[in-house]
Amino acid sequence: MATVNPALDELGTTEPLAVAEPRLLHRALVSLWHDPVALISLLVVVALALVAILAPYFSPYNPNHIFLNGLSADGAPIHPDGTFLLGTDPNGRDVLSRLIYGDRVSLLVGVVATGLASVIGVIVGAIAGYVGGIVESILMRLTDVVLSFPILLFCIALITVTGPSTRNVVLVIAFGYWTYLARIVRSLVLSLKEREFVTAARTLGVGHVKILRRHILPHLVPTIIVYSTLGIATSILIEASLSYLGIGVPVPEASWGQMISQGQQYFQIAPWLLIAPGIALIITVLAFNLAGDWLTDLLDPVTTEIGR
Amino acid sequence: MNKEPAVTAPGKGTAATYAGAGRDHFAPIVDVRDLEVHFRSRRALRAVQTVKAVDGVSFTIAAGETLGLAGESGSGKSTIARTLVRINRPTAGSVTVAGEDTTRMRRDDLRRYRRRMQMVYQDPYDSLDPRMTVLEAIGEGLSVRGVTRASHRRDTERLLDRVKLPASLVSRYPHQLSGGQRQRVSIARALAVSPEVIICDEAVAALDVSIRAQVLNVLKDIQDDLKVSYLFISHDLSTLRFIADRVAIMYAGRLVEYGTSSQVFGDSRHPYTKALIAAVPTIGGRGGGPRIGLSGEPPDPARLPSGCAFHPRCPLAQDICRADRPALRQKQGGQMAACHMAPDAPAGEASV
Repeated sequence: MATVNPALDELGTTEPLAVAEPRLLHRALVSLWHDPVALISLLVVVALALVAILAPYFSPYNPNHIFLNGLSADGAPIHPDGTFLLGTDPNGRDVLSRLIYGDRVSLLVGVVATGLASVIGVIVGAIAGYVGGIVESILMRLTDVVLSFPILLFCIALITVTGPSTRNVVLVIAFGYWTYLARIVRSLVLSLKEREFVTAARTLGVGHVKILRRHILPHLVPTIIVYSTLGIATSILIEASLSYLGIGVPVPEASWGQMISQGQQYFQIAPWLLIAPGIALIITVLAFNLAGDWLTDLLDPVTTEIGR
Repeated sequence: MNKEPAVTAPGKGTAATYAGAGRDHFAPIVDVRDLEVHFRSRRALRAVQTVKAVDGVSFTIAAGETLGLAGESGSGKSTIARTLVRINRPTAGSVTVAGEDTTRMRRDDLRRYRRRMQMVYQDPYDSLDPRMTVLEAIGEGLSVRGVTRASHRRDTERLLDRVKLPASLVSRYPHQLSGGQRQRVSIARALAVSPEVIICDEAVAALDVSIRAQVLNVLKDIQDDLKVSYLFISHDLSTLRFIADRVAIMYAGRLVEYGTSSQVFGDSRHPYTKALIAAVPTIGGRGGGPRIGLSGEPPDPARLPSGCAFHPRCPLAQDICRADRPALRQKQGGQMAACHMAPDAPAGEASV
């Protein structure tokens, strides 16, 4: 009884090793192979990003240039032809060029607004979940107040106060969207902080800030990525809605919402004015949403992070 | 078979440390007195309930000694562990570690104190951060002790050697390790801050029997080398019998028997202890004497029975057991037990 089995003692590795999980990249490639919809949506997202970044190279003309030959003799927009691939708008500007620069605006607003919203949401959610008590109550009631407004209505109300500009559109969307992440992050942190490795770090004497940074935040990353991808789609839609209503990105800068709004008036004589930005918007939002769904399945934040 | 603590580890102090009355001359490293940990449950539309998870528990642990703590689930074992490392706050009583009262410590004092008392957790799959390598996990403890980053690798390899793991594991992630290996990494992480006391809360319960033996031997070797004390919590009496110098048996938040390993296991006085020992399955049918059936469930800690909390399940219960709660008193045989039916030791006999 005194020494159970000295022979066993020498071998630190008598147990079989757990099989290593396949690498994330490998899993991603395999799932893309089996899911063509996800593959296409991911390619579309990459293409949209490239077009946005390299807009001056893709765009045939300056999007704000008014062509002297941009309108027909009776003052109507020109049909798509060899010179203007997607026709011209009622001001005699090239629609394709405006579409490409509109992509830049949409993605810029979507990415920056969502990034800002994620930072605010993660900070608020993490502090509320980790600290608890009265701090949590205050932060989460604040979140509930913002959440209780429909997000578009909330943004419209804010933008009428701040005045329309690209910067304000970004700020307003971020201010409406952070609440979603704050709620999700809080509930994740609530369960993470009860995990034994967090308790172990505490009893080791590791400080709270370090615990949050080293043991909590890394576990939130998959969730943040997934919800940010979905957030980009939402933000792009909100931006388009605001621009459609004339309180988004100010003219003459090209944006899809504004193009749709203008195209609506000329739908009878120049349907491409409505169809081109409409399809662009649908494809973009759909691609980000589908890519987000694929990421959710891949990273599976809820089941891998909460249930281990 | 079951060793006398005084002779196991040469150099662990004089025999007097373990020989009953002599203990009082040595300051114990951990001195828990009348510890109470109560939880209040507040639910809407219901009266506030107070659950006395730990209700007046006292014990000491000497330097280099192992105190075993046993009892059924819900008896308060883990609450004691979590209170000692200050995850839970004590409601009343005192916890003195190396002469310092830790009960009212805050912030900086508390962080300094935490280094002296470490814990190894039950679940080896949850107690290591899945996103940290062995080096990072153990390095976290080293950083707390003030070891510079440059020495982390060397010190981590030393600690791995102490828990008999190969140095090549430093860059592994927990999911690449087996349960026994993870538990050793947890032990190495605890050792990284050079604690004086390590609490093992069911630390080997989740391991296979053969792996369990390896880990227990590692713990014993560490104790022989570093003179750390263990508070070893387990519901498995055979594990305690192997590792513990002294044993405390808990029932419903209180100690019911407390003495040296040989006193408690060889000559138990409390009917609950006897029932626990009888319930240990044995190979070949050589059971530990006549079976004392332990029927019924452990009591609801929010509504404890009157008198002795064990009386509804006790085969010896008399009227006095239903009326009066027995105190923990010295019994014939030398150990302390809380039972009206066990005869007290004659006055003047050596205490535990």
